[in-house]
Amino acid sequence: MSKDKKSKIILSSQDINRILYRLTNQILEQSLDINDLALVGIQTRGVHLAKRVQNIIKEIRAVELPLGVLGITLYRDDLTVVGPRPVVKKTLINFDIRAKEIILVDDVLFTGRTIRAALDEIMDFGRPKRIKLLALIDRGHRELPIRADFVGKNIPTSDKETVEVKLKEADGVDEVSILGKNDLV
Amino acid sequence: MIWYRKDLLGLEELSREEIEVILSTAESFKEVSTREIKKVPALRGKTVVNLFYEPSTRTRISFEVAAKRLSADVINVGVDVSSVKKGETLIDTGRNIEALKADIIIVRHSASGAAAMLAKHVSVNVINAGDGWHEHPTQALLDILTLKEKTGKIKGLCVCIVGDIGHSRVARSNIWGLTKLGARVKVCAPKMLIPAEIEKMGVEVVNSIEEGLVGADAVNVLRMQFERDEKTAFPQQLEYFKNYGITKERLEKASKNIIVMHPGPINRGIEMSSEVADGENSVILEQVTNGIAARMAVLFLVSQAKDKDEIVN
Repeated sequence: MSKDKKSKIILSSQDINRILYRLTNQILEQSLDINDLALVGIQTRGVHLAKRVQNIIKEIRAVELPLGVLGITLYRDDLTVVGPRPVVKKTLINFDIRAKEIILVDDVLFTGRTIRAALDEIMDFGRPKRIKLLALIDRGHRELPIRADFVGKNIPTSDKETVEVKLKEADGVDEVSILGKNDLV
Repeated sequence: MIWYRKDLLGLEELSREEIEVILSTAESFKEVSTREIKKVPALRGKTVVNLFYEPSTRTRISFEVAAKRLSADVINVGVDVSSVKKGETLIDTGRNIEALKADIIIVRHSASGAAAMLAKHVSVNVINAGDGWHEHPTQALLDILTLKEKTGKIKGLCVCIVGDIGHSRVARSNIWGLTKLGARVKVCAPKMLIPAEIEKMGVEVVNSIEEGLVGADAVNVLRMQFERDEKTAFPQQLEYFKNYGITKERLEKASKNIIVMHPGPINRGIEMSSEVADGENSVILEQVTNGIAARMAVLFLVSQAKDKDEIVN
């Protein structure tokens, strides 16, 4: 974080927890058959969120959904310009995705390009029945015609700001904040 | 870590961190080969040329499979049917391939330093697939990847390399890679096959196979390269097997879980018995599978290499 950036906390640990329970209930409400559901998290924080959704479903329905992990680096549309070194994170989908209703999970929905890459990668594993998107934060600024089916919180942002999602599993704390140039905005 | 290397010429010049980046990238790539659609679009639109001045089955196919799984287009140039036969030099061939707007050249050549010389004269990425007695970096990377997968670590392992150390680029690349990652390396061969001053590479020299196997976590058995040996320095192949061949009896005296590796092609009954090659300690075919992931990682990283002058931090 540079000096001229000021951070503003938007979601606390309790907020995130409450949101995930709400989104999980929405998923269950909309799904026709819980046995068709499967979760796929986008590396890294999407995976942690997907895992939490999996736990909540286990808690309230006593069903353990299959959970896949997606590292989308190889499907990025900006591989030739991205820098400094794209880290190739692991993909692991060890269940048959055909005929599944996939809930794709990511932390922040922004341009939509990550989701485009994720959709392409999932299709290489087979033909799922349906894919729905869960995003903890939707910050706008879409560059592709993509929207989320389950949104934790819509946060209008300027393109100069950054949304930072911290999760206990990766960062030791649950917190969502906006970093931006406070004196100019 | 930022990846700057546009070429992969050998493991000697790589840092420990760079080798670890290749290995962890390769671990991520392993999964691609298990998919229903065994392809990712990372090198879509790139052209990869396999330029092989020496015969090869495994390495050439492995590079071709690796490039195709990354969605690159692959062209194989066999020197037997190319203008090399008409006397074209390596550099001229390389420049012509570059003029065809290829992106990556994978080169194998009988002269040590051939890949480095080519890299100096072309701006496309160059990957060394074996140059003379010098290095065969992707073979060592796949060997190390296999070892790491089997044992969970490289640091502290004891690896014995058996065979024609003097003529072996596989041995040299393995020694560089393993010692950089903190493994202990023993080389084991008759004196005439041990190059002078090899100890300076940080290895221990033993002349009997029993000494080589004792305490080793893995044994990497090199191919006897009879085609390089004009003077038939080793008169009897059978005598080699008698003194250095890996047999079940010899393995029984070593650690129970010793890992047996061979870069292929195997001369059965010369470097090891069939029983060992197909036995439960052997990881020879897993090495072949890991070769794809290791080569995918190298292809991907060199193609993503950043120009040092471009990055201002």
